[in-house]
Amino acid sequence: MSSIKIELRQEDVNKIREICDSFNNDHQELINILHKCQQHFGYLPAEVQEVVSDCSGIPVAKIYGVVTFYSFFTMTPRGKHPISICMGTACYVRGAEKVLDEFVKELGIKAGETSPDGKFSISSLRCVGACGLAPLVLVGDKTYGRVAPDDVKNIIKEYEEL
Amino acid sequence: MKPKIVVGLGSCGIAAGASKVYNALEGLMEDNGKSFTLGRTSCVGMCYREPLVEVIDENGSNVYGDVDEERAGEIVKRHLINKEIVEEWLVVSEKGEASEDAFFEGQVKIALRNCGHIDPESIDDYIGKDGYSALRKIASGEIGREQIIPMVIESGLRGRGGGGFPTGLKWKFALANESDRKYIICNADEGDPGAFMDRSLLEGDPHSVLEGMIIAALAINAVEGVIYCRAEYPLAIKRLNIAIDQARRAGFLGSNILGIENFSFDIYVKEGAGAFVCGEETALIASVEGKRGMPYKKPPFPAESGLWRRPTSINNVETFANIPWIIDRGPSSYAAFGTEKSRGTKVFALTGKIKHGGLVEVPMGITLKDVVFKMGGGIQNNKEFKAVQMGGPSGGCIPASLSDTIIDFDSVTKTGAIMGSGGMVVMDETTCMVDVAKFFLDFTYKESCGKCTFCRIGTKRMLEILTRICDGEGHEEDLEQLEDLAGQIRDSSLCGLGQTAPNPVLTTLRYFRDECMAHITDKRCPAGVCTKLLTYEVIPENCTGCTVCAKNCPVDAISGERKELHLIDQGLCTRCGICFTKCTFDAIKKY
Repeated sequence: MSSIKIELRQEDVNKIREICDSFNNDHQELINILHKCQQHFGYLPAEVQEVVSDCSGIPVAKIYGVVTFYSFFTMTPRGKHPISICMGTACYVRGAEKVLDEFVKELGIKAGETSPDGKFSISSLRCVGACGLAPLVLVGDKTYGRVAPDDVKNIIKEYEEL
Repeated sequence: MKPKIVVGLGSCGIAAGASKVYNALEGLMEDNGKSFTLGRTSCVGMCYREPLVEVIDENGSNVYGDVDEERAGEIVKRHLINKEIVEEWLVVSEKGEASEDAFFEGQVKIALRNCGHIDPESIDDYIGKDGYSALRKIASGEIGREQIIPMVIESGLRGRGGGGFPTGLKWKFALANESDRKYIICNADEGDPGAFMDRSLLEGDPHSVLEGMIIAALAINAVEGVIYCRAEYPLAIKRLNIAIDQARRAGFLGSNILGIENFSFDIYVKEGAGAFVCGEETALIASVEGKRGMPYKKPPFPAESGLWRRPTSINNVETFANIPWIIDRGPSSYAAFGTEKSRGTKVFALTGKIKHGGLVEVPMGITLKDVVFKMGGGIQNNKEFKAVQMGGPSGGCIPASLSDTIIDFDSVTKTGAIMGSGGMVVMDETTCMVDVAKFFLDFTYKESCGKCTFCRIGTKRMLEILTRICDGEGHEEDLEQLEDLAGQIRDSSLCGLGQTAPNPVLTTLRYFRDECMAHITDKRCPAGVCTKLLTYEVIPENCTGCTVCAKNCPVDAISGERKELHLIDQGLCTRCGICFTKCTFDAIKKY
């Protein structure tokens, strides 16, 4: 599990309880509970999983199993502007890897990492199905279509001041 | 009637800026005293021309492509006010005079019948297109409940998710198993990279999928339906939830639906969380139950013991979308399309190095060539057609030499690829087939759930070998070892993911062995993709000494005075290719 220990505030604990209650602490709703928790905290550190376990009665090992199984869940905080590069086949054959390499070079962090100032994180994304616009890059909710390695600097610049 | 402007607001349209166009038109509508009305629809399939705007007036329907805010203003001014058709942006016209009408020629829209033609957030629009009329025919007794399964069997419909199992038979098995609770699951976990048929359907015509599920529930006596949709499709999930809500209020879902005796049925959406293996029936069931999506052994098949150990029928989105049409128009109308063993139509997502990338629905039996060159318009930048990848990570690459292959379940399987769910990625001479095989292996290796040893470790070993070949460190025995491993992974994996994972590699070895050998013996990548095998050199006749390459080289490997011949130091060169892209005189060659 993640090595950084965090202290949850009482209001955070209450929030998790509220989420679990809204799904009646139902075991089959675990994935939905985790989706909601991640929406709130941005990631799912061990401490959050422990509270979910407390509320729902699902062993924490099982929860950890689910969190690490699905690629949507992450145990490390993402950047303020998460950059996702689609690595679907259509994007790949149109040069998505070169675009990813350019982001890695420009930001000095690898895919799956967050920049030390917490501003950016890079991840490769499973196909979003907008293959007509390949290669595709998402920054937060904003989509950039037909991205070339040359566009990368400008995309980063848009968010540096924000 | 007032003229109407309709904006295509599917995910791909929105990504291309369709929301801005819609907002701009909203403003223009106010400015022009509401002289026209504004509507929204979803994707009509022409992804390569998004954002699309359709104008419907006394001249019929005319669709404009690549519309931005500025063009939207021009279209209102010229088309609606000056009454002239803006020829230069026109892509499709009802009269068949536009530049790209050919995209729709030869297509038969059954599953996609309403996509791009109705507002997906309006149940009235769906009903206006004969929506829910199949269900009403069953409710009124015009079609007996017990006739549903025989009708679906007669239509010849086979599962559109890739497996190709006859849908009617699947339902028959689920019906035969007695239980107090049965379930219908709609598999909307469209995981194949490069495929977006189901997304477009769910975003464009969610009610057709709901109606298909309700009819399935009637056929097997199910009480509850689950749509398992991948979390990467937020718009599809939103529109599904709107549609479910509308259907409940209209009495198509809930208890005592349309007064049919003993029939209550409801549907809810369950979001996935990103795991390709969840497209596998048994893994999907585990995921719906809130667990890790690990497949389990069949039998028992889900028709016997599925969700919560109850009989469950799992069908794909496109399969369900076909059902209302089949029941409403009769199974023989459906069976009239296609080949003997593959009836009807199939939706394909056409992507890659193709001119007209988008969504097409074609009758089974059409040739690959027709899809690529007629609807797809041929290869981008007029490069040479090399192969089509079908079936995603479970499929394979069909070479250009086999482009006369007809598209049906059996013919495609014979090539070593599979029909799959409908991804069709076109490749040209600049695509390296070894690299593509590596790409898919990397995908299945990462997505393997880890339960079966051969899938978990075997795919990793295969990936290592392929990586070695791409890096120029391959040996001749490697190809044999790949084939050996492929056989073992196929034979000892529990689920479809493992059993089919070697397919992309096997088809590459079968059709592109020379290309593999070039990597191994000549240490050369003929397509010019594998970085470590490339050499960049200055062509002396073309070099003007402009210094652009030297200035842009990140490792200072290029030397030369202004207006004199430049040279690349091969020892320093990292083969990044920047000089190649920056040179405007074609003075750098890559080989």
